[in-house]
Amino acid sequence: MTPHAPADASLTDTEILRIRADFPILRSEVNGHPLVYLDSGATAQRPLAVLDAERDFLTSLNSAVHRGAHTLAAEATVAFEDARAALAAFIGADEEEVVWTSNATEAINLVAYSVSNASLGRGGDAAARLRIGPGDEIVTTEMEHHANLIPWQELAARTGATLRVIPLDDDGALRLDEQTITERTRIVAFTHVSNVLGIVNPVADLVAAAHGVGALVVLDACQSAPHMPLDVRSLDVDFAVLSGHKMLGPTGIGALYGRRELLEAMPPFLTGGSMITTVTTTEAEYLPPPQRFEAGTQRVSQAIALAAAIEYLGEVGMPRIAAHEAELGRRLLDGLVQIDGVRVLGAGIDLPRVGLASIDIPGIHAHDVGQFLDDRGIAVRVGHHCAQPLHRRLGVTASTRASTYLYSTADEVDAYLDGVAATIDFFGARS
Amino acid sequence: MTSSELQSLYQELILDHSRTPYGFGLRDEITAQSHQLNPTCGDEITLQVHLADDGTVEAIAWEGHGCAISQASASLFADLVEGMTVAEVQQRIDVFREAMRSRGKIEPDEELLGDAAVLGSVSRYVARVKCAMLGWVAAEDALRRLD
Repeated sequence: MTPHAPADASLTDTEILRIRADFPILRSEVNGHPLVYLDSGATAQRPLAVLDAERDFLTSLNSAVHRGAHTLAAEATVAFEDARAALAAFIGADEEEVVWTSNATEAINLVAYSVSNASLGRGGDAAARLRIGPGDEIVTTEMEHHANLIPWQELAARTGATLRVIPLDDDGALRLDEQTITERTRIVAFTHVSNVLGIVNPVADLVAAAHGVGALVVLDACQSAPHMPLDVRSLDVDFAVLSGHKMLGPTGIGALYGRRELLEAMPPFLTGGSMITTVTTTEAEYLPPPQRFEAGTQRVSQAIALAAAIEYLGEVGMPRIAAHEAELGRRLLDGLVQIDGVRVLGAGIDLPRVGLASIDIPGIHAHDVGQFLDDRGIAVRVGHHCAQPLHRRLGVTASTRASTYLYSTADEVDAYLDGVAATIDFFGARS
Repeated sequence: MTSSELQSLYQELILDHSRTPYGFGLRDEITAQSHQLNPTCGDEITLQVHLADDGTVEAIAWEGHGCAISQASASLFADLVEGMTVAEVQQRIDVFREAMRSRGKIEPDEELLGDAAVLGSVSRYVARVKCAMLGWVAAEDALRRLD
């Protein structure tokens, strides 16, 4: 963008305007008002460069990858593997450590089912270190998205291991003093950034506790990878998952990062074509990772479009995006806490934040809040955001969540703050 | 600033019913009861149908939590069907459902639905139809349990 701006400077108004021009949907009108899109935590909008990349691939190179000897097949395979390399570089991993999945949910299930299969003896001696059973413990947290909770509930049920949950304090912060991680812990799965509270969890503390007892760490990076620099090596996690459509890419593509020696030891989850070396009618030998975990036809155009998204993010600069969103996040939080009748979930937590905050307005249901805001063209998420245990712990069934991205503006945050105040006037003042 | 569509969705009568709901509070006596949940938003209702000796509805008793539309709709339903036969109640549910699913094409029949006809504008908001239906679906399920 601006060549002379420091690498971690926030975005200027001019730069944001230029970015917004790349996203045609941001020029839409909704209910007679300019769209104020504050639901990027659910799904991000896509720039033309991403749409063009997918279309260009489909109009010039489309063919099956990792099979076929014709020119297009070879070129498509190169483009597909280049996309993997782009994602690997984006998160500080090696190419062989990145597995394409349909979404982050599938990536977490891949780990859980691979551990499950290892526990049944699959994968032989190499997979022995992954086996779990009665007496072993899997640890997750009370703030997780259901996608990082239910696969572990099911894994515990299948293997006889015990699921333990790091509880939250009254504000919603992880209670690391509870010593949930013990000598029996084998897996620790937690989110980098809460999809409800917008706080950045203390990854280093959790990784130290987990590795201190020899447990593997699974990091849900769905809400961090799009918004801040992410380096899986310096975070020292064993696995990380992310979602393409939350980082300017298409739906239908996500990824699993796995530490090389772990992926090499893991038995497959989904099996079938494209993941084998030798097959007889009774047994099969499997390819090394990442192909071992990529059974069936791959999401080729989606991977290529995601690589274009990564290139776009890289050109703006992740540190600059993080700085911009930290500013918006502060404006959002500061504005919300000043509105009478609003409770900001997790407002008291002293941790870094992204541009995301959820509120409860006692007496006004989140659906009604969302409906009122929609009338002004403001798009936010209402409901439990796939985090029922967190909401239950904080004593609410639903909340209203606003979330920003690199294209969001301070004016949009202000429009939301005005909208929240007006919601209270509309539903409250008439009582 | 607030559009006429939104004013029409949240009419005074709807907001009144959501704030002071009719029939709110379950009874201890054993009766036909149904619990319904809208998993997308967590809205919940438990609804009981209490019949008089002549087989007509003596009262609808319910408890729940949710948005103004779901609360008002359950309240309006409880108010509407008191004194009706089970067949009449089922007919009202069918008529209401048809209007709700019409995407604004069918105006609710005021003759049949009384004050509940004010919920007609909900049918233009596809995402809110489930909210309006929650209490009525609970009642339909409870009636089935009477058989």
